[in-house]
Amino acid sequence: MKPLTHTEPLHFECETGNYHTFCPISCVAWLYQKIEDSFFLVVGTKTCGYFLQNALGVMIFAEPRYAMAELEEGDISAQLNDYQELRRLCSQIKKDRNPSVIVWIGTCTTEIIKMDLEGMAPRLEMELGIPIVVARANGLDYAFTQGEDTVLAAMAHRCPDSGRAKQQSRTHIDENDSLSSRGLRSLLSFPVPSTTEQTAHPPLVLFGSLPATVAAQLGLELKRQGIQVSGWLPAQRYAELPSLGEGVHVCGVNPFLSRTATTLMRRRKCKLIGAPFPIGPDGTRAWIEKICAVFGIQPKGLQEREEQVWKGLEGYLRLVRGKSVFFMGDNLLEVSLARFLVRCGMVVYEIGIPYMDKRYQAAELALLQSTCQEMGVPFPRIVEKPDNYHQVQRIRELHPDLAITGMAHANPLEARGISTKWSVEFTFAQIHGFTNARDILELVTRPLRRNHSLQELGWVQLVQSPV
Amino acid sequence: MGTYKIQSRGVFMKLAYWMYAGPAHIGTLRVASSFKNVHAIMHAPLGDDYFNVMRSMLERERDFTPVTASIVDRHVLARGSQEKVVENITRKDKEERPDLIVLTPTCTSSILQEDLQNFVDRASMGADCDVILADVNHYRVNELQAADRTLEQVVRHYLEKAKRQGCLDLRKTEKPSANILGIFTLGFHNQHDCRELRRLLKELGVETHQVIPEGGSVSQLQFLPNAWFNIVPYREVGLMAAEYLEKEFGMPYVSTTPMGVVDTAHCIREIQSIINSQAGHEIVNYQSYIDQQTRFVSQAAWFSRSIDCQNLTGKRAVVFGDATHAASMTKILSREMGIQVVCAGTYCKHDAGWFREQVASFCDQVLITDDHTEVGDLIAKVEPAAIFGTQMERHIGKRLDIPCGVISAPVHIQNFPLGYRPFLGYEGTNQIADLVYNSFTLGMEDHLLEIFGGHDTKEVITKSLSTDTDLRWSAEGQAELSRIPGFVRSKIKRNTEKFARQNNLNEITVEVMYAAKEAFTQ
Repeated sequence: MKPLTHTEPLHFECETGNYHTFCPISCVAWLYQKIEDSFFLVVGTKTCGYFLQNALGVMIFAEPRYAMAELEEGDISAQLNDYQELRRLCSQIKKDRNPSVIVWIGTCTTEIIKMDLEGMAPRLEMELGIPIVVARANGLDYAFTQGEDTVLAAMAHRCPDSGRAKQQSRTHIDENDSLSSRGLRSLLSFPVPSTTEQTAHPPLVLFGSLPATVAAQLGLELKRQGIQVSGWLPAQRYAELPSLGEGVHVCGVNPFLSRTATTLMRRRKCKLIGAPFPIGPDGTRAWIEKICAVFGIQPKGLQEREEQVWKGLEGYLRLVRGKSVFFMGDNLLEVSLARFLVRCGMVVYEIGIPYMDKRYQAAELALLQSTCQEMGVPFPRIVEKPDNYHQVQRIRELHPDLAITGMAHANPLEARGISTKWSVEFTFAQIHGFTNARDILELVTRPLRRNHSLQELGWVQLVQSPV
Repeated sequence: MGTYKIQSRGVFMKLAYWMYAGPAHIGTLRVASSFKNVHAIMHAPLGDDYFNVMRSMLERERDFTPVTASIVDRHVLARGSQEKVVENITRKDKEERPDLIVLTPTCTSSILQEDLQNFVDRASMGADCDVILADVNHYRVNELQAADRTLEQVVRHYLEKAKRQGCLDLRKTEKPSANILGIFTLGFHNQHDCRELRRLLKELGVETHQVIPEGGSVSQLQFLPNAWFNIVPYREVGLMAAEYLEKEFGMPYVSTTPMGVVDTAHCIREIQSIINSQAGHEIVNYQSYIDQQTRFVSQAAWFSRSIDCQNLTGKRAVVFGDATHAASMTKILSREMGIQVVCAGTYCKHDAGWFREQVASFCDQVLITDDHTEVGDLIAKVEPAAIFGTQMERHIGKRLDIPCGVISAPVHIQNFPLGYRPFLGYEGTNQIADLVYNSFTLGMEDHLLEIFGGHDTKEVITKSLSTDTDLRWSAEGQAELSRIPGFVRSKIKRNTEKFARQNNLNEITVEVMYAAKEAFTQ
């Protein structure tokens, strides 16, 4: 199998879809922590519960703000019905936790038995006086991070209308921003223009769940260009959801948010800024430049800022240059990460990805293409709905220096002498913006550094029958 | 194509975020992937193959877990699995050349009600390997019951096949021999227990014939009846297979778990009587072996006599876990160490009768539940000096500042130690003695530190699991409370609050505390 050359256009393949990934209900793990006044109720079976319990590990023991509404096979003659049952559970949640919103996560089971969650939610919402948002984050339709996409798409409907609630939400966010940027300004040594210097531009709302510090960092980068972020979807609290409407520009920070993007455009009449994602210094610069371009702003000092970051990464870059990498694919961050790693001097053999929205990722794909051309490396093959069995065969053949893969394959590959990085870590680590490029490389180089220190010992192959 | 229908809309819902036993398919996958060269195919949506992650992470497995999914997606919902399952089976047959493929239903396939048996029948015509459908229902059985059932199903399949082909050879081995049933992947210390059992049998002059399912080969299953008897070390998995082998082939089995000094001796005596009755006359007598091991090889009998263990007399403990480990642990604590087990419990609700019978005379109270909050509340109420439970109880203990020894699944990666840590046999008794002693002494050390004013900077802790309280502590009351040594502090706090509530006081001052003390000491 020979890698494709860069004279042809990007090539997309589609395999069988027999691959390992997390169930999309895992999004509750980070979303309940992001949205502080929320409660997530996963309506599913023991299988869902078992997954969450094991995947979230220690978080389980911290009285999380999520729970399972566990469906059991009831007596056919039972007089209980779904509505009454959900009402009972949600009343209990309201009593015990008093959240500002309850998010129902629909699962495979609710899909198959056609439980009408969307129909029941408004009724119960009226009855209990607490907003109920329904997201169908099930394994029949979605993979891993797409769970967040379904939740944010549902939340987009709950954002206040920019025509009406503008004033109120604006002042609130300004307060927040000045607080966080004051803290950051003292940490970072570059000057931030004061609000008076800012150019007038239409409201900009960013979507995608990021830890508060990362969101503040991105907001600050835009502020340096005179761009004010008027809100985030999601905000730190449900009550602070941003105002949306005609004239509001929106821009995504993560590559797996295509449904949210579609909802914002079609249902909330927002204008989508299609940009590469702010992952890696190259991505961050391209992301800011695109937003500036849409607002007709000439970006200032971005090139220097990017170069400065690259200079700081030199120690890591020495480790990765010329090394090859293989993405098995499970979290949809793959294209952005691959593009960044190509820029770092790596060769990407394959980008496995659960689902490829060529329209939403168009700018990212174009950047990948131009990056490969500039770096003089062949285009990676992009494999949608990969087949893990076939991928393992290809890994054996290509013997990449690094395979980015799920935990199901990591130990077996390591035992066969293939260095691996567990892909889920990229989802939970802070990887956005200029500041966090280092964290991506810290993750990517960890197996390389570890294996370097073990190299002398001579035990690379740790299975009886080699590969 | 209407391949699915909704059977029951009467679903009950339960609010939960922790479960002790997993869903049924996990049990089937654990059994299937423990055998050598057996592949399991789950009929499941994307993301349900989390089992592979657990096996790879917890067991630190070097090989690819032989489990794949035949993905149920929108297309399958609309048109049924049709050729998909059959294709996946025949494909895996070609790729991996397994001896057996186990098609594994999940909660999703339970509701879809597709005719999986039909897929299996069709696939087995085209495949070189055997194909069976795991006979488990997600809504009726849990992980452990499913594992037990699947092991029996696989054993039965191969013995019946041999019978049909007329190649069943029922001759016994020349020397006494035994099969060990129920050692499997992700089992609590199973690998170490297995090594210890083999060693024990060897010392008894008994040959270990086969160990299943871990590392077993399905092509050898037809030779199971060549052994003189079976050993089922764990209550949860292996009993059904042992019962089947007894019924069909007259093979006796030992189901006493050799955990603790007394039960290990019981188990050995049972083995003795089985061997002698199989031989027709007395050929073995293990009494002197038991005596030697008990008094001099295992340290546990000596430990329970030593002054260390004397200090544990009457200390209060709570035990919770699967039926096997919780029952054995209760007996060890009570019978062999003189510890007061205030409550013994299990989440194996399906085996409640057996459990009660086992522990009835060794504890004050029996708890049968799979609701972790019930266990947590009970522990908070009885305030034992130590807990022996699962990872959940360990965390409850952390919250309440009570030491906990982990004795049962569900477990975390630290319960898959690399070092040799059996719970069974004579070495197991040593390990358990260490575990018990270390749990208690740590607690004692902690208290001594506090009595002598050690490095106590901890804030007052609430032992109750509910966070809401209607009572207010005055600053002086708070200060007085913090002067009370840690190991009785929470009890005093609780009693004082109880007293305040009874007397409709909503602020607790030093006066209230003294009044409460007087009221409770009367």
